[in-house]
Amino acid sequence: MATQHSRSAARIMMAPAVILLLGWMLIPLTMTLVFSFKRYLPLRGGDLGWIGFDNYVRFVSSSAFWPSVQTTLIIVGGVLVITIVFGILLSILLDQPMWGQGVVRILVIAPFFVMPTVSALVWKNMFMDPVNGLFAHLWKAFGAQPIEWLSDASLFSIILIVSWQWLPFATLILLTAIQSLDSEQLEAAEMDGAPPLSRFAYITLPHLSRAITIVLLIQTIFLLAIFAEIFVTTSGAFGTRTLTYLIYQRVLESQNVGLGSAGGVYAIILANIVAIFLMRIVGKNLDT
Amino acid sequence: MGQITLNQITKSFGDVQVIPPLDLRIDDGEFVVFVGPSGCGKSTLLRLIAGLEDITSGVIDIDGKDATEVPPAKRGLAMVFQSYALYPHMSVRKNIAFPLRMAGLDKAEQDKKVNAAAKVLNLTDYLERRPGQLSGGQRQRVAIGRAIVREPSAFLFDEPLSNLDAALRVNMRLEISELHQTLKTTMIYVTHDQVEAMTMADKIVVLQAGVIEQVGSPLELYHTPRNRFVAGFIGSPKMNFMMGAFSAEYDAATIGIRPEHISVSHTEGKWSGKVGVSEHLGSDTFLYVDVDGLDDPVTVRSTGEVAFRHGDTVHLTPDADKIHRFDNQGLRIA
Repeated sequence: MATQHSRSAARIMMAPAVILLLGWMLIPLTMTLVFSFKRYLPLRGGDLGWIGFDNYVRFVSSSAFWPSVQTTLIIVGGVLVITIVFGILLSILLDQPMWGQGVVRILVIAPFFVMPTVSALVWKNMFMDPVNGLFAHLWKAFGAQPIEWLSDASLFSIILIVSWQWLPFATLILLTAIQSLDSEQLEAAEMDGAPPLSRFAYITLPHLSRAITIVLLIQTIFLLAIFAEIFVTTSGAFGTRTLTYLIYQRVLESQNVGLGSAGGVYAIILANIVAIFLMRIVGKNLDT
Repeated sequence: MGQITLNQITKSFGDVQVIPPLDLRIDDGEFVVFVGPSGCGKSTLLRLIAGLEDITSGVIDIDGKDATEVPPAKRGLAMVFQSYALYPHMSVRKNIAFPLRMAGLDKAEQDKKVNAAAKVLNLTDYLERRPGQLSGGQRQRVAIGRAIVREPSAFLFDEPLSNLDAALRVNMRLEISELHQTLKTTMIYVTHDQVEAMTMADKIVVLQAGVIEQVGSPLELYHTPRNRFVAGFIGSPKMNFMMGAFSAEYDAATIGIRPEHISVSHTEGKWSGKVGVSEHLGSDTFLYVDVDGLDDPVTVRSTGEVAFRHGDTVHLTPDADKIHRFDNQGLRIA
């Protein structure tokens, strides 16, 4: 990319891909913005004209809005805490030399390959079913009353399912980070009189901080949009209606495209606020 | 205090014995250098003393107490690593204070000791920086600072200068020697560079394949190497070895003669040969002479002003008192 000529050639070569990606992003975004300012009811008269900010006001003032924001934050936060805490523990465990390391690592990563819909259905029917589920049998074996997971502990169940899916991702990234830790640093700390827990707190954890922020950032962006897990388990009932799910209900169940689009715009703003926050943290970490 | 005794120490990794039974005594305040070619077990030996590796059999005594089962932190030794092993997310101050913090000293005491160490090592201006913002030599000094503040009974250095450039290496060599003069603490220093060994050590331990070939002061090793290996390893440029007719004359299987103990002349001498490469260093000139009847060129150290050209025929005469004789086991003949 040294000369003026090769630089402009590179630009021309890249243009199709850039234009395609831009269109891919801009067209849906623009359509969402346009619909959000319209009263648009596909089955009840179609496009009924511009209504300004009415949809935005209605979406926020609906009694379902704040609970859905809260649910979203609980699910995202819960999954993040579980995946990062257990991800760190698992990656330390997997970093130890042991017999069958390769196989174990593949097994640990396996849940990530299962489609969200499939894994949610497996959890729902094989583990959490109050009659035939594995947990129900386990509870009965100890003489306890089986828990109706998806109705009594619905939010926790969904956090559990999603965490199971995302734990491999966190583990994988944290494991590679742990492997890049210079063993002489740990030995130096050992010579300096640091017991194992202090070595973890003062050496390993700071070394992992960058990997942790990256896991945090990537997972947050994906977790804000989880949908399939809720759709196939509780369908948004029992307090599991997230913002994403609320938008889906507004568009498809209430057949109100305008209202749903307004919700979509809120979701975009929310995701960006989170992203800016996280970018700042990452930026701060990358400085050092 | 800092007296270390190794008693019949062995170390095996699986079936491979890297250190066969080995005895060594290091006295308080000594500067001991372990020297040997790569893979001779010198770093392993240091790590055994540090406690970072378990001993397969044998006993380590530190200050008269059995330390074989004592964990590294409790042995009272401080180590400087080849990669420095500084904690990258901590400032220089926190790096140096880390062992004190682990020992549970209060903040004021920590600061006092860190400042004192920083002053000794000229790090006062860099205390708030991160290791990543320092040069190689400064990082090296931080690593030494982290070792000093613990006031250990002995310092262990694992090839500490091998990541520095040549000029800085000479500087740091002096600084470490100076530090030893000031602190008078036992130091054990591992290196593969015989120049570092010769310049710094009170006592050199020459190792090969885990076996101690010779222990002695630098000049002892230089003047009376116990065998061919030590003779070839100590001294720069390397000693010349001659066999066959050359050595038969001296009643030995091999004779060795150092480059600086051969005089060279245009006209007359014991051996004759052709000058190959000559390296002019200003103060000295190293001539590589192809002597008739020898496979390897003979290295000769001459004064800086000599004028020999490639292909010149020269005559060499060894200094008869300085010839080392070895038997067919490679051992020195007294």
